[in-house]
Amino acid sequence: MTIRITRRATLLGGAGLAAGALAAPAVAQNTPIRLGGLTTLEGPFATGGQDAYRCVQMELERINHTVGGRRIEFIRESSNAQADVALARARKLVEQDNVDIILGPLSGAEGIALRDYSRTLTGKTIVNGSSGASDTTLRNPSPNFFRFSTDGTQWMAGLGKHVYQTMGIREVAVTAGDYAFPYAQVFGFNLEFCRLGGKVTHYWAPLGTTDFTSQIAQINRSNAGAVVVVHGGTDGLAFMTQYAQAGGNKPLVGGSIMADQTMLSARGPHRRVMVGMISGGPIADVIDDPTWNDFVARYRRRWANEGGFASPSIHAVNYSTNLYGILHALKEVNGDLSDNQAAFQRALAAAEITAPTGASVKLDHNRQAISDIFLNKIEERGNAAQVVAFDRARGINQTLGIPEARFLSLGSPSRDNPGCVATS
Amino acid sequence: MDLAATIVLNGLTLAALYFIVASGFSLIFGLMRVVNMAHGAMYLLAGYVGYSVFEPLYDSDVWYAWYAGLAAGVAFAAVFGAAVQLALLGWMQGQELRQALVTIGLSIIVADQLLASYGGTPRQFFAPDAIFGSTQVPWVGGYPTFRLVQIGIALAVGVGLWLLLNRTKLGMMIRAGVDDRQMLGACGVNVPLVGVAVFALGAALAGLGGIIGATAQPLAMGADGRFLLISLVVVIVGGMGSIIGTALGAVLIGLAEQIGQAMFPTYSVILTFVIMVAVLALRPQGILGRA
Repeated sequence: MTIRITRRATLLGGAGLAAGALAAPAVAQNTPIRLGGLTTLEGPFATGGQDAYRCVQMELERINHTVGGRRIEFIRESSNAQADVALARARKLVEQDNVDIILGPLSGAEGIALRDYSRTLTGKTIVNGSSGASDTTLRNPSPNFFRFSTDGTQWMAGLGKHVYQTMGIREVAVTAGDYAFPYAQVFGFNLEFCRLGGKVTHYWAPLGTTDFTSQIAQINRSNAGAVVVVHGGTDGLAFMTQYAQAGGNKPLVGGSIMADQTMLSARGPHRRVMVGMISGGPIADVIDDPTWNDFVARYRRRWANEGGFASPSIHAVNYSTNLYGILHALKEVNGDLSDNQAAFQRALAAAEITAPTGASVKLDHNRQAISDIFLNKIEERGNAAQVVAFDRARGINQTLGIPEARFLSLGSPSRDNPGCVATS
Repeated sequence: MDLAATIVLNGLTLAALYFIVASGFSLIFGLMRVVNMAHGAMYLLAGYVGYSVFEPLYDSDVWYAWYAGLAAGVAFAAVFGAAVQLALLGWMQGQELRQALVTIGLSIIVADQLLASYGGTPRQFFAPDAIFGSTQVPWVGGYPTFRLVQIGIALAVGVGLWLLLNRTKLGMMIRAGVDDRQMLGACGVNVPLVGVAVFALGAALAGLGGIIGATAQPLAMGADGRFLLISLVVVIVGGMGSIIGTALGAVLIGLAEQIGQAMFPTYSVILTFVIMVAVLALRPQGILGRA
């Protein structure tokens, strides 16, 4: 038997092929956008990570998981705040779950690891979760890494000045975790405090330290007029509990993840010493802003009966801010991720959004947020301790207003370069 | 001077906690030759179960809240340990690798179940007022009373274990079992039952450590891995299966950690492992271990 190929059959076949080829992009537009979430559901920041996913879920539910005509499929992954684990999980998201965009990670060193990983990717974008090391976007930035949240250095804007000028304290003890994020926070504090003439003694401890008693003994015997605590998660709780037990009574100044609901909602004697603590950061529990009040009200409605805090945590707000950036850009491009996400990334870089706190956010040339920072004080309101914003600095950039070249020449924040340098 | 005294005291109180946890680990290894990788999970489990009992009582302000939590945590850990030995490890006696893997699997399951039911929020016990405040200690000044109580409890555990092992019939069987299980069985002793008792006791000690530890430091996910690692290091340094060796190992590691924290904080972790490497290089069986 012979197979006869008629002209008609050929034409039909050709038309079929063409139709298939034309239909393909339309199909791609209808497939869901795969958004991979990476946060810490294990380790010292498990509580913050859990809360971050609460808000991401809440905001996705609000738009019915749809943006620019495409469905968003959210895939949750978890690390334990260690850079190597975050990297492995990010690889899993990209290589096995085949996600288009990663929203994460939560912790400083993880952010740097993912920034480096993002550089090896084509057609994928990583948008920060809540990690706040400054070098993630300041030095050697990656074109595929975007951060709509402010970094640890920015969060301290105005704090050093407040401690020196308003509180009149000339010498402080800084106790901080020994990794990228606290370096950035300490750097931001010291830039102002040391420039004004303040004296700083540093006490570093590795992330995961739960017995600070010897460090506290040293601090309590020192001449420091205040203690600047830049720990978070269980480390921060352990420090504060042991500080309270050791009868510590110096005024406290907190890093941004110290004065947070993840800390205030845990029970214990630490709450007593933390009332009155001054801190700086991208959020507070009480901010006089309608956008924020609405966000908090929605959070309470959604999560009050499912383990939510009295008020969203800093990590939840940072993840939400970054999610807003993603959603804004996806809407701009109508969900079009073709051409290696080129249009989407352009839309991300140009995005100007409003964070849940009501702060306006835009990105600089390194794809890093320029936004508002709050000065906060912990107050006893009703029966609960709350972080209350009493001042707000608008449009803080990554170099705290210092010219970028000058700021870069100060060197990368580290335990040996904590920012006690002349900047003029 | 007073700072040095404080740091040494901190090291000793931390060592007390490490000893309580590691003694159970050492005991189980000594008789059963099981490297119980779920020891940290038992610490965590006892902590959370104890907390469930403690919290409502603490809220209603009864004085025995902490003691009730302690009893519940320790009892639960003991039952859990006995169940693990009966249901899982008993029938793979002597297959060390298999037992180690089973206990690792168990610890992962336990940790995830605890995370699912209790969430990630750190918790902490508050000891009764009598042992919660601070006490004047010569050269040191005011010092948290509870940390001194920790030393007392560790001493009681140490002496109790020594008496149990050296002065009771059960202790005699355990010591005989360490040397020759088969011969012990041939003498008419129900070795598997002794095994269950030892496992329950070891787990109860992990549980005791869990409650004490969760009173001194926050209890949260990750504590299981930390205390398992510490138990391993302490027992390797001190010598497997020796109570005095475990105490010595705990003191060395506790002091190293606190002195390291005060003098070179970043590298204090390394100091712990330097001690372990030195011991392994010079005396692989541990300082007081039998070859």
